[in-house]
Amino acid sequence: MSSLHPAFFLLFGGLLLPLLPLQARRVALVLLPLIGLYNLIGYDVGASQTYAFAGYELHIVRADKLSLLFGYLFHIAAFLAGLYALHLKDRLQHMTGFMYAGAAVGAVFAGDLLTLFIFWELLAITSVFQIWARGGTKAINTGTRYLLIHISSGLLLLVGTALHYQQTGSLALNHLGIDTWATRLIFLGVGVKCAFPLLHTWLVDSYPEATPTGTVFLSAFTTKTAVYVLARCFAGTEYLIYIGGAMAMFPIFYAVIENDLRKVLGYSMINQIGFMVVGVGLGPGMGVNGAVAHAFNDVIFKGLLFMSMGAVLYRTGKINGSDLGGLYKSMPWTCGFCIVGASSISAFPLFSGFISKSMIMQAAANEGHLAIWLMLLFASAGVFHHAGIKIPFFAFFSHDSGIRCEEAPRNMLWAMGIGATLCIAIGSFPQYLYGLLPYPVDYEPYTTTHVVLQLQLLFFSALAFVILKLTNLYPPELRSLNIDVDWSHRKLLPSAARLFMQIATPLRDGFINGGKRLAFALVEQVRQHHGPTGIFARTWLTSSSVLVVIIFLALYLLLYFQ
Amino acid sequence: MAETKNKKHFFDEIRTVHRLIWAFFVLCALLVGLDLVFHRHLSFEEGVLPAEGWFGFYAIYGFVACVLLVLAATQMRKVLMRGEDYYE
Repeated sequence: MSSLHPAFFLLFGGLLLPLLPLQARRVALVLLPLIGLYNLIGYDVGASQTYAFAGYELHIVRADKLSLLFGYLFHIAAFLAGLYALHLKDRLQHMTGFMYAGAAVGAVFAGDLLTLFIFWELLAITSVFQIWARGGTKAINTGTRYLLIHISSGLLLLVGTALHYQQTGSLALNHLGIDTWATRLIFLGVGVKCAFPLLHTWLVDSYPEATPTGTVFLSAFTTKTAVYVLARCFAGTEYLIYIGGAMAMFPIFYAVIENDLRKVLGYSMINQIGFMVVGVGLGPGMGVNGAVAHAFNDVIFKGLLFMSMGAVLYRTGKINGSDLGGLYKSMPWTCGFCIVGASSISAFPLFSGFISKSMIMQAAANEGHLAIWLMLLFASAGVFHHAGIKIPFFAFFSHDSGIRCEEAPRNMLWAMGIGATLCIAIGSFPQYLYGLLPYPVDYEPYTTTHVVLQLQLLFFSALAFVILKLTNLYPPELRSLNIDVDWSHRKLLPSAARLFMQIATPLRDGFINGGKRLAFALVEQVRQHHGPTGIFARTWLTSSSVLVVIIFLALYLLLYFQ
Repeated sequence: MAETKNKKHFFDEIRTVHRLIWAFFVLCALLVGLDLVFHRHLSFEEGVLPAEGWFGFYAIYGFVACVLLVLAATQMRKVLMRGEDYYE
């Protein structure tokens, strides 16, 4: 069994899904990730496979603790997302969703940069269908923007890879650092997919536009593959600590005032990836362990939150905080699962975020990064505020919107239920996840200090919410849109281009028309003198010529004899 | 449908909500009171962040952080907020 490539079942199984009739396809959706996971469990640490291609020996499988952990994770995510999308009849979303998961698995097992590049681009191409499947001009445009940015990320990776190969003669995907321009380009390419600050807008632009099930797929794979590559190639790069700090901080401000609840989750996703990026920047050991553990948990709890909001969107057709409220009456199960996801992302004791986020914070404290630690603590309070409270509160409680709908479909409830169970199981029994981490773990999350202090932080963050709400200082949910840095390419650049055209068009027309007039005038002049009736075109009489000669001779005589 | 719409739900009773809020306040007070009872281990080495050991540090930090966050974000709206169809 274990001779098959880890991505085989998801990638090729996904490709064959559209050929199956609906019922068989539904069975396959559940079974493929499980068979894939079984195949993967057969892999031992150290397993390796190569494949000769176009004169290169591609290292298509490199199994170590890091790649195996992400491999297990992506199979779990594919299982949950597949189960969640089971009610769909759309062949395209099923097929591309699983191929997308397969591409992510392929990327984390890649042992060289070229193999990584192939799966990197496959990630982009297969994932965009989750956005396009929503239909309509808006989704088409958003998907196209998404694809452009992700293809560009792949191109940066490719150029960096080519330069790196030229300089070192090696394609190996190991620690690279950012000492050369080649590796800096690779770093930037990964940064795009990882949603580094200023490069992040594709995420909050596209995730809210995808289909209810599509966002669940999207949230699991792309950014986590990027975190994996960071951990693999750039662990210990100090810049990452500051980049991650910025990522953890700025999105929470946006999340507080954002109305679209799936966009709120998009911002909170950048915030969580910020924690992981800090962890990777802190380097091998507790930092990378924390980052990887948090990536594992985030896929599950963020997936759970996106599932619950997807269920709300699916049942009510609405996703804005201003339109929702009181849904706990109609969708009690979804509400409960959402609260489990919210507790996990907020790092409540016994929930999964608690056992991984704290590793990153402790690693930052151990290294003496005071400012970063204070920022992460601020972000921890902030994430509880906007993701932990805001999401469940405005969707399921708040004022009663009067919406009465059915509970989510059964397959969605099962997917959310399993996700919620995993969140609590991992949070309550962290030793199993710790055992899978790439470095030995010397950390105990459940100390009295940690539990009490975390509860104080969270309860008083909630207290702030309650008091701000009771005093009406909390900003109301408004039908609105907040501009982000994508304003530069969606508004500023088009406006600048229009302005340029406004100024340049008359100039160009003037130049062309003036030139035309000049040319016509010249032609007219020439025609006048040389044309059929022109003076130079006339036939002259011999007598006239003789007359002219005589005049010249007379002048000559006069001048000569004086 | 009409029947379910008129059904009284848990949070429809305003007194329940008030009771819950009071219970929450009491819990907050109890939690911060725990600072007096137990000895805590600092995250940082001695001397880097002495405030961490002060009474109610985490509680105050969490509360102030969230108030600042919300007030700052509300101000951000003045600069950033546009109509829903801004890009269309």
